[in-house]
Amino acid sequence: MMLCQHCGKNVATTFIKKTINGETTQSHLCSECAAELGYDSMFNSFGFDFGNFWGSLFAEPAKKSLSDAVRCEGCGHSFSEIVESGKAGCPSCYTTFYDRLLPSIQRIHGKTGHTGKVPTGASDKLKKDKELERLRAELAKCIAAQQYEKCAELRDRIRELEKEDR
Amino acid sequence: MRNKAAKWYQMSGAEGDVVISTRVRLARNLSGVPFPANLSQERKLEVAKKARDAIKATKKADEFDFLDMGNIEARDALSMVERHLISPEFSKSGKGSALLLKKDESVSIMINEEDHFRIQVMCPGLDLDGAYRIADEIDDLLDSQVQFAFDDRLGYLTQCPTNLGTGMRASIMLHLPALHERGAIQQLANTVSKLGLTIRGLYGEGSKPEGAIYQLSNQVTLGISEQAAIENLKGIAAQIIREERNAREQLRLNPRFEDRVWRSLGLLQTARMMSHDEFMSLISNLRVGVALGIVDGISLDTISELINDAQPATIMAAARRDMDPSERDVERAKMVRTRLGAKN
Ligand SMILES: [Zn+2]
Ligand SMILES: [Zn+2]
Repeated sequence: MMLCQHCGKNVATTFIKKTINGETTQSHLCSECAAELGYDSMFNSFGFDFGNFWGSLFAEPAKKSLSDAVRCEGCGHSFSEIVESGKAGCPSCYTTFYDRLLPSIQRIHGKTGHTGKVPTGASDKLKKDKELERLRAELAKCIAAQQYEKCAELRDRIRELEKEDR
Repeated sequence: MRNKAAKWYQMSGAEGDVVISTRVRLARNLSGVPFPANLSQERKLEVAKKARDAIKATKKADEFDFLDMGNIEARDALSMVERHLISPEFSKSGKGSALLLKKDESVSIMINEEDHFRIQVMCPGLDLDGAYRIADEIDDLLDSQVQFAFDDRLGYLTQCPTNLGTGMRASIMLHLPALHERGAIQQLANTVSKLGLTIRGLYGEGSKPEGAIYQLSNQVTLGISEQAAIENLKGIAAQIIREERNAREQLRLNPRFEDRVWRSLGLLQTARMMSHDEFMSLISNLRVGVALGIVDGISLDTISELINDAQPATIMAAARRDMDPSERDVERAKMVRTRLGAKN
């Protein structure tokens, strides 16, 4: 029987294991601590205490005063406030503190650079890039399936889009 | 709170012997507006109005109810948490937060939870493509009316950096009694974590996850497209389903297992008081018995609906009054007996 690693009192019933960027952490928690740390809800299924996580990543008190000088124009948050809470104050926080947030974002997801759906408000260049990405993937499938007629069509579409880029 | 229209969870779906349901959730925020935690009640109400107007402007308007979280009875809010329509935090959010809820409860949009919008779609059985398609549609619909916060490099911008990128969390609720019994879940957790997924117990306040119901979800949202994440999840789910079925065939050979299925049915059909923990472990035994054809005359649909309806706050919400635990246990036992066709 294993005791909860958070409170050290109750029997651990929840096992959480994370591998982020090759680094593995494990924790055994009792149900109360699991709930307290947010593992009880299917909405918090990341299984991680991100407040502490960010905090530990940026635990450099010497830099704190320096980072507080800049505040996000959208919400007034400083970098250290974001780190403390593990949460951004508004969408602009991500652009204001992009360079400083990027390493931990990369640590969370293992990679950076969005792929996937794009809203209608996104830039035309991005939308075209996404379309090209999609067409190239489709072309690869067609080649594998030896659907040559469709391949030719797709190549034409790709060439057209690439031409517009220049 | 509960109206009589048919609900999504009254049916079982594809791979229903192992997969109870599928859920897809998208996190979205308005461009240029601070996240809900930093908004006044007034501005939250403006955000809620935007979502409501966006839905109103479409053909889907009649399918949705708009619920102000400030005017909701505690037991109704808790029941919605139990049924995974809203998060526990959201149930306490009060005025300024709102819920757009499709009448069959398969689609819910939490407004001013952690993010401005959380679009959530649930389907019976394994249906990631179907659930995503509906979520994508609702997303397009909101997108046509409001401007979402988005960054070319980071994708959809969310309050918590864990949701950046697609903002999509896709999950499958799995019934894994045989793997659970074999003690294979921890190893499974180790394996899926290396593949960017998580698995964890869903019910269970007691000493073990009651009912052996687990949730498998994607964890990474940045740098992987919705389709790729879904394919990844599908692939792993297929393997888990296969393993669970193999383990069940092993279980079937054990005479104690068959005995346990029938004893569970006996208790479910005769008990006069039943706690939720006891109910979950008995219904789990019955469910696998039904899935293996040991028990017939009871459908997985009936069981899915019971698992939903027998939860503590959901029992009180249906009765429209608060009850103490022993009163609920009587009510639960009665409901279970009736639904499972007990004669007395
Ligand atoms: Zn503990
Ligand atoms: Zn900000």
